[in-house]
Amino acid sequence: METPLFTYTLRLADNALVLGHRLSEWCGHGPMLEEDLALANMALDLIGQARNLYTHAGAIEGKGRSEDDLAYLRDCPDWRNILLVERPRGDFAFTILRQFLYAAFMHPYFERLAASKDETLAAIAAKSVKEMAYHLRHSAEWVIRLGDGTGESAARLKEALEDLWPFTGEMFEVDAVERALIEAGIAVDPAAIRPAWDATIDHVFGEALLARPRDGWMQTGGRRGEHSEHLGHLLTDLQFLQRTYPGATW
Amino acid sequence: MTDKTMTEKTMPLWEVFIRSRTGLSHRHCGSLHAPDAEMALQAARDVYTRRGEGLSIWVVPSSAITASDPQDKDALFEPTASKIYRHPTFYEVPEEVGHM
Repeated sequence: METPLFTYTLRLADNALVLGHRLSEWCGHGPMLEEDLALANMALDLIGQARNLYTHAGAIEGKGRSEDDLAYLRDCPDWRNILLVERPRGDFAFTILRQFLYAAFMHPYFERLAASKDETLAAIAAKSVKEMAYHLRHSAEWVIRLGDGTGESAARLKEALEDLWPFTGEMFEVDAVERALIEAGIAVDPAAIRPAWDATIDHVFGEALLARPRDGWMQTGGRRGEHSEHLGHLLTDLQFLQRTYPGATW
Repeated sequence: MTDKTMTEKTMPLWEVFIRSRTGLSHRHCGSLHAPDAEMALQAARDVYTRRGEGLSIWVVPSSAITASDPQDKDALFEPTASKIYRHPTFYEVPEEVGHM
């Protein structure tokens, strides 16, 4: 049986690794050299966050699982990431908008998590908040330029927003696992993130001439291990080496 | 409009100057393409400061730089070649001055 703290830490780690992997898929395929490097830099930030969080999760669990065991040897139903981060990378507008939606949430989230009563989570959050500040700044500037750019860029951004918005609700979900940790001062209550999130979204969408969709029906399930088919394909790529050559090192 | 002029218009070239941790002045380290100054600054951060090289970045539109013509090099630089007395190598440095 998973303890609440293990599940919570795993959710944070899985979000970071899956999104980091999606960004890494751009490596060598960026629309320009400068952005290729920017996307790879952000991917490395997220993979670094994931490594620290997996190591912590393994220690919490106490069964001797390493960061690699957690990343490479779990199948889809054991992954706890939100569905937003496993969506295929799409075009540049899609990737940048997803990064913006995620960073607009995670930046204020890590600011609060840095005061967690779990000292390791607090330390990881304090390091990560600087990284997310840059992801937010970079993605927001691109959202503004794509939205207020050409007809083509505005149309692609609008399409990406229609695709992605129903996946934003899951970031604000709280279940019994997390409620207890919030009350214990370990986890962050996402409701507290809402004002900062709203302010960022409204400001950037305003500059980008992008209409904010209404909060209608929202996708859910990833945090409970109910994933789309896309995660399975991602894992075949991410886990290929360790599945094919178990224990391989270099 | 050709592709080349389209790129120059929407993604102009910028020159990047970085002040390192140890350096006092910004030094030219390369160039990049970006749509505007803010994005050029971010691209410079992503391309040229990945290994902790910098504490400060300047970006300047390449078009703002006026360069000397290589064909003028004889007229501009040759006359100094015969004025070795401008190099301060004919003075004896008093020992009290120490390392200069």
